[in-house]
Amino acid sequence: MQPVIFALLALITLGAAIMVVTTRNLLRAALWLILAFFGIAGIFILLNAEFLAVAQILIYVGAIATLIIFAIMLTHNVMDPTQPRFDEQWGVVGGFAALLFVALAAIVTRVAWPVAAGEVPADAIQRLGAHAPRTPEHKEWFH
Amino acid sequence: MVPLTWYLVLAAGLFCIGVFGALARKNAVGVLMGVELMLNAVNINLVAFWRHTAVSGMTGQLFAIFVITVAAAEAAVGLALFIAIYRQRRTVNVEEIDTMKG
Amino acid sequence: MHETSVAVPAIFNLVPILPFLPLAAFVLIVLWANRDKKLSAGLAIGGVGLSWVLGWAVAFTTFGIEGFGEPVRMFRDWLPTGRTWQAFGFAVDPLAAAMLIMVPFVCFLIFVYSVGYMGVGKPESDHDERGAPAEPGHVDRLASRFFAYIALFATGMIGLILADNLIMLLIFWEIMGLCSYLLIGFWFARKYDDPKQITPKEAGLKAFLTTRIGDTVMLAGIFLLYAQTQSLSFADIFKPETLERLATTTVNLPLIGATPWATLIGILIFCGAIGKSAQFPLHVWLPDAMEGPTPVSALIHAATMVSAGVYLAIRTFPLMQAVPHGPAMQFMAFIGAFTALFAATIAVAQNDIKRVLAYSTISQLGYMFAALGIGAYVAATFHLLTHAFFKALLFLGSGSVIHGMEHGHHAGMGQQVLGIRYSDTGDQYPIPNTHAFDPQDMRNMGGLFRRMPRTAWTFIIGGLALSGFPIVTAGFWSKDEILSDAFNGHTVVFITLALAALLTAFYTARQIVMTFFGAPRTAAAEHASEHDSIFAWMTVPLMALAVFAVAGGWVGIPREFPVLGALSTNPFHHYIEGLAEALEIHVEELPFNSVPLLTSLVVALGGLTLGWLVYRKFGVGAGLAPAHEGDREGSPLQIPDPLARPLGGLYTVLRNKYYFDEIYHAVFIRPVQRLATWLYRVDDLWVIDPLVDGVGKLWRGISEVGQWLDTHIVDGAVNGLAAVIGWCGGFVRVIQTGKAQNYLLVGLVTVSVLLGAFLLLPK
Repeated sequence: MQPVIFALLALITLGAAIMVVTTRNLLRAALWLILAFFGIAGIFILLNAEFLAVAQILIYVGAIATLIIFAIMLTHNVMDPTQPRFDEQWGVVGGFAALLFVALAAIVTRVAWPVAAGEVPADAIQRLGAHAPRTPEHKEWFH
Repeated sequence: MVPLTWYLVLAAGLFCIGVFGALARKNAVGVLMGVELMLNAVNINLVAFWRHTAVSGMTGQLFAIFVITVAAAEAAVGLALFIAIYRQRRTVNVEEIDTMKG
Repeated sequence: MHETSVAVPAIFNLVPILPFLPLAAFVLIVLWANRDKKLSAGLAIGGVGLSWVLGWAVAFTTFGIEGFGEPVRMFRDWLPTGRTWQAFGFAVDPLAAAMLIMVPFVCFLIFVYSVGYMGVGKPESDHDERGAPAEPGHVDRLASRFFAYIALFATGMIGLILADNLIMLLIFWEIMGLCSYLLIGFWFARKYDDPKQITPKEAGLKAFLTTRIGDTVMLAGIFLLYAQTQSLSFADIFKPETLERLATTTVNLPLIGATPWATLIGILIFCGAIGKSAQFPLHVWLPDAMEGPTPVSALIHAATMVSAGVYLAIRTFPLMQAVPHGPAMQFMAFIGAFTALFAATIAVAQNDIKRVLAYSTISQLGYMFAALGIGAYVAATFHLLTHAFFKALLFLGSGSVIHGMEHGHHAGMGQQVLGIRYSDTGDQYPIPNTHAFDPQDMRNMGGLFRRMPRTAWTFIIGGLALSGFPIVTAGFWSKDEILSDAFNGHTVVFITLALAALLTAFYTARQIVMTFFGAPRTAAAEHASEHDSIFAWMTVPLMALAVFAVAGGWVGIPREFPVLGALSTNPFHHYIEGLAEALEIHVEELPFNSVPLLTSLVVALGGLTLGWLVYRKFGVGAGLAPAHEGDREGSPLQIPDPLARPLGGLYTVLRNKYYFDEIYHAVFIRPVQRLATWLYRVDDLWVIDPLVDGVGKLWRGISEVGQWLDTHIVDGAVNGLAAVIGWCGGFVRVIQTGKAQNYLLVGLVTVSVLLGAFLLLPK
């Protein structure tokens, strides 16, 4: 069952991401971006990182995407729709991005990762909090 | 369980799409969206490695939280910059912002 | 809380805010008050005034603590560095408290003086340039900025004296370096007719770069110290066992051989003090720093910032002394004594009223280092404090003289204007002929005593204190203490310092006589006055400082001094002793000896008398020269110096400061410029640019071929190829497009190609 869900989520995420970088209308691109974020949140759940999934939706969808939409609206009417959406180097970028993907994919599939199966500890979130960096326990400013 | 490699390939794909957006988009906000995709790809990697190699320690998730924090700050600062640039130059086309030109 | 043997009064809790009061003033001025010059001045004075009151409250509290010696420390862990923490903290010990008496108070007085000097409250002149001195009777256009800078400077100095570790000290040290640069170049738009005369902008750069040399070496010392002790906190470094270890473990240096760590680190850190305190051979920046406004000269280049170098040496004295009378101390004594005499000889032949004082500052700082070098810890501290008072007084007095001369020049000038200038509103302004007249040249002065009595009296008091006029002045007591310490087994240092003291008295007398006595030599001097309202702001601080220039020495009268000693308890010595004991520095009040006392009497009075005798006839009978005459016939600048003939060529050498600027220019500056030019050629003419051009041309050639192919042979099929060639040509051309995306593309291509190579190439 999991591979199917994964494939579905990957499809959504990658498809949305491609739409993000290709859609001419920026507002629509931002909406695609939100979909991509949801897809990634789904991936996190699949990886048993529920807390991160929630954080992902809260911060990315709730804050960053909203900010982006605001910025788009505030700079409205800047881009002439008849102008190309990409800059002059887009062809080169596309080629090399594809090359990079091929290289990365080749590497990650070849390396023997030290995979260690294990169950997510029950107190994962408490541990996360305990590991979080913080200032040492000084009660007063000067002592 | 889904193998680790699948996640890594997914992240690589997402990253490359993000790279394309960051380097090929004309609109600065579009560039920023590309960067956000790249950061998310990194997050997927971090969490996938955590889940598959070191599930008892929380380092992977912790770093993902760092990345999210930095991404939020970066978006806020970046967008504020765009608005400032827009107000001064009436454009957010990154090709026209070339004061670094030698 | 550090364990101290005494109960700590609550007032110490206020110590950490002391440096931040002026900082608050700085922030408020910069962000909010910069349009209102009066408000800016008020904020700066208020900030440093609060620091002064609190600082004195803290200092006087410590005087009441019997046996105060161990520092009271307030700190908080701040920067994690592996296993240890760097602390953010302040500490008060007798040395810091003694400095707290001096620093905020002198800063406060100088801030008040600056109100008058910058003409705050006067109207703004429409045709003054931003970043150039204002015309007399007008406010400086950037006065708010000035007050912001000096407030930031006060932060630096107060923070430096209270710093609890070397990192904090370094931070505040650099703040002061920055302020020094900004303030020396405050009149950045000022230009001179003579291209050889250094402009404020260049002077600021020179000061910054010269001190940077010392700072870099010092930083190396601090790194080594940290590597050896794993701490930069004074409390940790100065633990007896740490010092013992530093003194006994050695490092093998090339050419020199085994050297104790303490010696090496001590000398390296002392190099920072050499730069900051303008000691030989890094002394060249201080005289040129006189291009800054006079309050800056008083504040930074006399009373406080240059003292920071001495303060650093006093602070790190336990380290220097870890090897008793070792090379570090000998080095310090040598540099100090040499500089004291060397700068004093230059001062004799200078004619700029501020430059004389600048060289005298270098000389007096040399005195302090020499004192430290021979182990006279208390005497050096004492001289540091008394010198700050009377040198600030002298500088402020000279600023008052300069303003008086400018007013006199204005008043005496009459119709001598170069032309009429029109402002934006159509008003007419005369363009004054100020180019040919130098209000700082003492040869243009004379007879100012009757015209500017308040300035003259206070200046003379300061001058007497500087030359060590016996019994009444502060300078006598501190100098005498150094001399008697030197007499006790350091004959060479003693003789050098005595000679320097003689010269000091001589050039001080020369300065006073040339400035205030005799007949006025120019119309400007004839019409000089201190009646303008700005002088009210300027003379009150002078009087306050004059009191300290006299009375400041009474706290340090040796107990065994004839007659007066019976009345004195020598509280200063007693007070600093507490710290010395805590640091296990050996200090003692030496038995009274009449030889050094007689020496200091003879050199002070003899030098003063000699100066008076030689210069009292200076310019007499030359008559009054018109102010605009400049260097022409009949100008006072043509009057030969009485020393010029007897000293002959030596006088020229002194006049030109031993040609140090010229030597440095030839040895360091010009080769660097040549190297830069050469590298520029490599880059622009010979190698890189031709290469780029060649590649460009090559691609252009290929493109042309492609175009030819395209148009002449295969039209449709070759279009793609032509496009690729076009892109490639574009690559070479767009390297410097200024577009961030192009630059990032380079990264993408690099990573992709490297990854591809990693995958495809055989292992």
